[in-house]
Amino acid sequence: MSKPAIVVENMSMMFNLNKEKVDNIKEYFIKLVTRKLHFTEFWALQDISFTVEKGERVGVLGFNGAGKSTLLKVIAGVLKPSKGSVKVNGVIAPMLELGAGFDMNYSGKENIYLYGATMGYSRKFIDEKYDEIVEFSELKDFIEVPVKNYSSGMRARLGFAIATAVEPEILILDEVLSVGDAKFRQKSEAKIRSMFDKGTTVLFVSHSTQQVLNICNKAIILDHGKLIAQGDAKEICAQYDRMVKGGK
Amino acid sequence: MKYLKNFYKYRYLLYEIVRKNIKLQYRNSVLGIFWTFLQPLLTTIILVIVFGGVFGGKRSGVVNYPIYLLCGRLIFEFFTQSTKRAMRSIRNSASVIKKVYVPKYIYPLSNIIANFVTFLISLTVLVCFMLYFYFFSNEPPHITPYILLSPIPILILLLVSIGVGLILSTLEVFFKDVEYLYEVFCTLLFYLTPIFYQVEQLGIKNEIFKMALMANPLYSITQMFRSCVLFGEMFNINHLLYSLAFGIVTVVIGLVAFYKKQDKFILHI
Repeated sequence: MSKPAIVVENMSMMFNLNKEKVDNIKEYFIKLVTRKLHFTEFWALQDISFTVEKGERVGVLGFNGAGKSTLLKVIAGVLKPSKGSVKVNGVIAPMLELGAGFDMNYSGKENIYLYGATMGYSRKFIDEKYDEIVEFSELKDFIEVPVKNYSSGMRARLGFAIATAVEPEILILDEVLSVGDAKFRQKSEAKIRSMFDKGTTVLFVSHSTQQVLNICNKAIILDHGKLIAQGDAKEICAQYDRMVKGGK
Repeated sequence: MKYLKNFYKYRYLLYEIVRKNIKLQYRNSVLGIFWTFLQPLLTTIILVIVFGGVFGGKRSGVVNYPIYLLCGRLIFEFFTQSTKRAMRSIRNSASVIKKVYVPKYIYPLSNIIANFVTFLISLTVLVCFMLYFYFFSNEPPHITPYILLSPIPILILLLVSIGVGLILSTLEVFFKDVEYLYEVFCTLLFYLTPIFYQVEQLGIKNEIFKMALMANPLYSITQMFRSCVLFGEMFNINHLLYSLAFGIVTVVIGLVAFYKKQDKFILHI
């Protein structure tokens, strides 16, 4: 039995919500001296534990503000948990927001290499994947154009093409399938499904239980920062649908 | 060990960002990379015209005033430009840092390295100056084997810049004021560093004030560099020890501060 892809143990994430943002020295010292540096603790995630085995596709369900994106950010390593631990075995391709690593003044071609490097891949490796990326993104005619002149759909297509072409072991999808036109959406769903055969682990955030059922075999529900249910995708989706209808 | 392994994994990113910074710096300008040597050339000409009469001339003993000035200016310009860019680098890369895990020190470091590359390119102006004055002037620079030691002050300069850059980039995330404060400080530093004058020429009587001037690591570095390329003599070993120690201390402080605070960066940018 190989090591699980993601192990989250008793993980909590706390933010300090200060009433005003203090970002200059004068204010900081005045408030420090007068003891007016108030913080309100806000626990975005509380005591979350779960394990994702290699090759599992886990859907993350929850209402707005339930902590879904925070959870993905912690797993992607962007945020450091306040308590507990997160262990990840394998290369992660985070698609929290497609095209986040792009430089607007850089052309599409240059951005492919930059984005690849952001995920830790060499120029040589991206060279091999280059044609595949361009073809999948359908941007052949625009590849020398600076990304700032791309439409948001084009940017998302390029980001998706790069992140999936490098065949990551773990794919984190944060509502990314809602971008692009229907045709591209179908194409990307097909691409993600083809990655399942290679044993890619997927974490998928969505509001649509239909999409989760299409893609995932397991699911979890987050509510106000707590993990309230985990298990088989079908059961969990049914439970989530009941929550939506019941208003709770 | 863990850090080295991580660095090794992200070496491509460092390379790509350095490349990007250099490429984008002069993109859309007609003369492009040519500006790296045109800019120091033109500003040096201006400074020579302005200060040459007062601080230059035979009595000053600087051998060749334009070269003296260019050495100082190149070093000063590299230091301020690279530290300023490193300072802003974290905030400028906020969109990436918020979405993807990358070792954050890559950003200040790559900005400094990119600047270092353009600095090395701009050294060709110095080479041109030296060749020109060596052959066509009655004040030729003293070119001796000591010129081979000139990489030493340059590497120390890089070390000091990395240290200061790391400290500033950490501070800037929490207090944006540092940006404006440092801008003012750089203006002060321009006059405190012997770029267009020699400390001896000022005739300062006050020992404390003189010590304060000499505590500036850029003073040691420019003096060492000039010893090698202009005066053709061995540099003062005290300058070497002082600037090297200063560099190591700032890098250590910078690394410790950066590592302690980097997990909080994302909450502030």
